[in-house]
Amino acid sequence: MSFVFWFLAAIAVAGALAAVLLKNLVHCALALTVVFTGLALLFLQLDAQFAGFAQILVYVGAVAILVVFAILLTRSSETPKDGGVFSRTWMAGLVIAAAVFAVLGWAVLQSEAGLPHETAVPNVTVQQIGNALMGRYVLPLEIVALLLTAAMVGAVIVAMHEMGDAK
Amino acid sequence: MAALLFAIGLAGALTRRNAILVLIGIELMLNAANLNLIAFWRYMPHPEALTGMMFAIFSIAVAAAEAAVGLGLVISIHRHAKTADLDEMNRMKG
Amino acid sequence: MFEKADQVFLLLRDWLVGFLPPGWRSAAGVVLGVIGIIAVFPGLFAITTVLERKGLGRMQNRLGPNRVGPFGILQPIADAIKSLTKEDIVPLNADAVVHFLAPVFLVVVVFMGFAVLPVGRNMVLVNMDSGLLFYFAMGASTEVSIFMAGWSSRNKYSLLGAMRAVAQMISYEVPLLLSSVVIVMMTGSLSLVKIVEAQNQYSWGLPHWYIFTPWGCAAFVMYAVAATAETNRSPFDLPEGESELVAGYFTEYSGFKFALFFLGEYLAMLSISGLGTTLFLGGWSAPLAVLNWVPSWIWFFSKVMLSISVLIWVRGTLPRLRQDQLMNFAWKFVLPMTLLNLMVAALWRFMGDGWARWVICSAILLLVYVGAGRVGMRREHFGPRTYRYAE
Repeated sequence: MSFVFWFLAAIAVAGALAAVLLKNLVHCALALTVVFTGLALLFLQLDAQFAGFAQILVYVGAVAILVVFAILLTRSSETPKDGGVFSRTWMAGLVIAAAVFAVLGWAVLQSEAGLPHETAVPNVTVQQIGNALMGRYVLPLEIVALLLTAAMVGAVIVAMHEMGDAK
Repeated sequence: MAALLFAIGLAGALTRRNAILVLIGIELMLNAANLNLIAFWRYMPHPEALTGMMFAIFSIAVAAAEAAVGLGLVISIHRHAKTADLDEMNRMKG
Repeated sequence: MFEKADQVFLLLRDWLVGFLPPGWRSAAGVVLGVIGIIAVFPGLFAITTVLERKGLGRMQNRLGPNRVGPFGILQPIADAIKSLTKEDIVPLNADAVVHFLAPVFLVVVVFMGFAVLPVGRNMVLVNMDSGLLFYFAMGASTEVSIFMAGWSSRNKYSLLGAMRAVAQMISYEVPLLLSSVVIVMMTGSLSLVKIVEAQNQYSWGLPHWYIFTPWGCAAFVMYAVAATAETNRSPFDLPEGESELVAGYFTEYSGFKFALFFLGEYLAMLSISGLGTTLFLGGWSAPLAVLNWVPSWIWFFSKVMLSISVLIWVRGTLPRLRQDQLMNFAWKFVLPMTLLNLMVAALWRFMGDGWARWVICSAILLLVYVGAGRVGMRREHFGPRTYRYAE
């Protein structure tokens, strides 16, 4: 495909590799931010404007910061004292991941044979998204709202309860 | 490419010691799935049905919620066990 | 003639671009627009620094800088020369790559936010359908760069300052978004160009700016509060308070990088004021219908400078809020008020035209504001003071 796609894909993959391979956790979190931005730009290249901006707003603006805060609060930013940063069972993990990649890659390549590659550019306006959210996707919307509320309350309880315990 | 990102995320989630890195790997996997959704939505017939985009947006929201809860759990485990190292946590009884 | 003055920048751009072969024209047009933004907004930044220092000086009963030019107007040039020639100190233990990237990232992200502001009639760099969403996405990214700055300095004070700043910015982002969502709801579009055009109508000579409606006024107040907190300005400037944390998250920066941070912060202030004028004060539309002959970009910039002056005024006047008071204020007062504002705006839409809706909506907002303010924000009552003497 186009040069822009390869460039962004390279950035995202490099960032992902950095995110799982680096020793210093904060560097990993920053590499994760790079991956998120690369993916958001890829979304924009695929004409999914709303999803791209929502990705930046939610992931880069909130999730990346959450990860960083968690790293700082658990003091994992210091280097580990013994062993390496990889767990004892790292070979098994790599093998499993390679196997999954092989299966997924095969599945994608198999299905690509029947795809029409160039459709008309879908000009998705935000109004259409709003209509869809209120119309066809009302049930998922409500359920996600409930889920977010439950997650928020749960996260607060989990984090707070331990503070009462540690006294 | 989404498959590659997914595999990298999975490898990261399975091989690192620190719990937070596992969560980072999980976030990578979710993002890769999102990318797949949007890419396939764009190139399939009937992109005006908006299915792929909707799914991706909901997935972003759900992933954010799950990251919050997961990190809260990691923090509370850290308070309890004074470490976030997964190799050390091989007992159920705390 | 006045239409020409209004569109003079567009005409200039078209004339310049006309020299190039047709294939290059649109790209060159965009590049010229970018050059325009890069030239104009830092110029405004320079004016803002002078305004701020003189203004604060006068409010504190002293003269501001008055050595460099007549009334100190050339002070920014002196500042620029100073920061460019200062030694660039990077601490030994600091993370060099992140330390370098943080101010760059901040400035890049803030400049991208300027791309969607409609500066005049037909004058917006990128007319995106979801321009407001793009702007907030850029605003959220500034927090990452602040964190990068604080972390890479390997300094406890920087880190604390960075965490406080990020916590504050995250907490005030939700009221910022929610007060803008009210505007989006009433306009029906996320595109900033459409929002300004919707405000460009006049009835009895007064424009339809959103600040003149009860929900718009409440939303504007909350937006202003959230905006000062987002850009870490007084009275919310604990992360950069000089008496609290040395200089907070940019303690270890010197020379050009500090100038970049300074630039980034003031540009963020300008850009949030720009967004505020677009959403609430009518963007480039004139205050009275008879004044439409004045070019639209003059109105935009004067409104932005007015907002900046109010920000400087507030900085000189109000005392600083403590971190927990700040977060308390955000989550317990501003957020419920924005949610209530949403509902009042919906009520307004459903009540149809007439004077009744003005009265009812204003009454609801004022009652809750006063009531919640008295009840929710009550200070803790301390007992009479007891003294402990050293024995």
